[in-house]
Amino acid sequence: MQNAKKEIILFSGLAVLVLWVLVAMGPAFGVRVLAEASCYAILALGLTIQWGYAGLFNAGIMGFVALGGFMAMLFGFPVNEDFWNTDLPAQLGGVGLKALFGIALIYGSTKLYKLGFPGKKLRLTLTLVLSLAVYLWVKTSLDPVASAIESQAGFIGGFGWPIWIGWIVGGSLAGLIAYFIGHICLGLRSDYLAIATLGIAEIIKAFLKNADWLTRGTLTVSPLPWPGPGPAEIGFVAARAVYLSLTAVIIAGLVFLLYRAYNAPWGRTMRAIRDNELSSSAMGKNVNGRRLEVFIFGSVLMGIGGAALITFNGIFDPSGFLPLNHTFLIWVMVILGGAGNNLGTLFGAVFVYVVWTMSEPVALYLLDVMRNLGEAWFAWEAPADLDSRALQARVFVIGLIISLVLRYAPKGLIPEKVAHHT
Amino acid sequence: MNEFIFFINIVVISGAVIGSIYALGAIGVTLIFGILRFAHFAHADMMTLGTFLVLVLTALFPAVGPAIGLPTAFVMMPLAMAATAVIAIGIDKAFYKPLRENNVKPVVMVMASVGVTLMLQGLIRFFAGTGSQSLFVDDRKAIFRIDLPFESASRAIVVTEPQILLFLFLAVAVVSLHLFLNKSRLGKAMRAMSDNPDLARVSGINTNTVVGVTWIIAGALACAAGTLLSLDVTLKPDLSFMILLPIFAAAIVGGVGHPYGALAGGFVVGFAETLAVFNWAFLLRPLEQALPWLDLPNNLAFVPTEYKITIPFFILVAILIWRPTGIFKGKVI
Repeated sequence: MQNAKKEIILFSGLAVLVLWVLVAMGPAFGVRVLAEASCYAILALGLTIQWGYAGLFNAGIMGFVALGGFMAMLFGFPVNEDFWNTDLPAQLGGVGLKALFGIALIYGSTKLYKLGFPGKKLRLTLTLVLSLAVYLWVKTSLDPVASAIESQAGFIGGFGWPIWIGWIVGGSLAGLIAYFIGHICLGLRSDYLAIATLGIAEIIKAFLKNADWLTRGTLTVSPLPWPGPGPAEIGFVAARAVYLSLTAVIIAGLVFLLYRAYNAPWGRTMRAIRDNELSSSAMGKNVNGRRLEVFIFGSVLMGIGGAALITFNGIFDPSGFLPLNHTFLIWVMVILGGAGNNLGTLFGAVFVYVVWTMSEPVALYLLDVMRNLGEAWFAWEAPADLDSRALQARVFVIGLIISLVLRYAPKGLIPEKVAHHT
Repeated sequence: MNEFIFFINIVVISGAVIGSIYALGAIGVTLIFGILRFAHFAHADMMTLGTFLVLVLTALFPAVGPAIGLPTAFVMMPLAMAATAVIAIGIDKAFYKPLRENNVKPVVMVMASVGVTLMLQGLIRFFAGTGSQSLFVDDRKAIFRIDLPFESASRAIVVTEPQILLFLFLAVAVVSLHLFLNKSRLGKAMRAMSDNPDLARVSGINTNTVVGVTWIIAGALACAAGTLLSLDVTLKPDLSFMILLPIFAAAIVGGVGHPYGALAGGFVVGFAETLAVFNWAFLLRPLEQALPWLDLPNNLAFVPTEYKITIPFFILVAILIWRPTGIFKGKVI
């Protein structure tokens, strides 16, 4: 009963907050915030199953977001005729064939033992040397093609397909990456997963930022088409509302599926592994297998959520992916809302995102007051970049919230309800 | 010959410099990993914080360095190291200790350290902005050119003063750490706690003291690493995650809990990075003159400089696949 009361209070508080934003900042802004919050909610659901269901620590959500956004751009952006009308696609295809051939060669070299090739060390050396040679070969043949694309066509453009295909592909690709990382790290200590995901996120970002022929790099790509009607057709408010209802449908579907999964034997196994790894492995549960599943599944959601977020922003900007906005903000949503509780996660996502967006004008206003007082009282000359510094200070607040929640409310505002199936 | 000197300048010296920095960071990380048993994500920002303390001190007393004949920042470094050590203990008391006493899982400690890193980042950026700054406030960087006594060598080997100071500092730090860990009672207690915390506790080792000493060493070395890196190049406040990954890679390559392993790992990662981004075409050009049929491309670097961060990652992945204990048989905890 106590919990139900608390939930009602929390959710009605959230509703008041959202209404206030809608009224005070105008419907166009308010719906924008809500739509972005709903994209973040998909990301947060992805994290809540990794962290809340399985206790897996993902420090590289940004990488999956970037991957999803990139795939949405690649599939949804209109076709670039400058590129397709030249012989550049053929050249690029040639490089792709070379790469495929090289990968086949490397794969073959790892299977040499079947032919009775002697010596494990020798085979490993052979594979490594071969991979290096193939890598250099593909790289030297890609470089001229890439610079030709950059100079003649800008970048390869998109495929001009419906953008939701990009969302799905983005999710699958994120899952594929997660499979490789998870395969390497999940058998080891949980810290290693954090380090590896942090690394892969930075690498994905570095790749998207510098592969100008593929993504236009820092020049950014916009506008991305929307899955529904765009703002140009039916106006800002209506278009954003349609987008919001689309993401809301996705979230509703996800929550339903997660609810079923959580109460299914699969979910119970997950929680058993999380709470007591030793005894669940003694019960014959495949600990690493289940963990790999949940890690991949969560990453797929992150890919889809990232694609939805970038599509809504309408601009693909590889240098706009920041660990703060795209990793740690989502963490705050999950641990503040309540890890492992879908409702809590949704609450956290909307609440944190609304507060986060509103904190920008509030921080600027506070600093403005500070600057005026400083000038009036102490003849203090404020540094010119004070505004950008004020926004940086929000980093501090995020860190503080993480520390405080971990210490004082480790289960979040709406804790996970552990069902006892007796 | 010139090509060889170029190689020494670009690979040997730069690799040793960046390797020493990684080693200094990784020793701290590996000690924390070994004794407190979590990956300390706030290490990179502790480096930046220490460097800012040095910058503030240098700006306050710019005349000290020229009087002694060393860069002012280097003279101020011991003070800042002490301050960073105190801050590190304070952070531990405020944020890690309560969690440790609640017996939380190690992952939660990692999360807490991420929270700390974000707070440090916010403070640093709020007070110091995000632009890069030079630690040479009132003095200039001394550069030494060593001419080689060869006919064909027209270039000189270039070493800067901060680089020499870095090598000297690293040598002194490693020797004193070695003596401390092997000869002193406290150092032995640290190693005991790293090996088996429960056994250490029941045999009467004061674990709180050991934890404090760990933070002192880690904080001081982090400050030194940040300062010496910034003396060599410039102070970039947003380095954080970019330098964290190589440091973790170095600690894991060397074997968690092994200070000497961290030293070796730092150099492995540092040299791997510089060798991978080095343009081998420079070195092979004489070969091209000798063999006219050979046509080398202009750029023969393995990895473009923008993708430097992939190197520590692949080292990390390789070590996790083939030898998760690291080259020196550390722990997998």
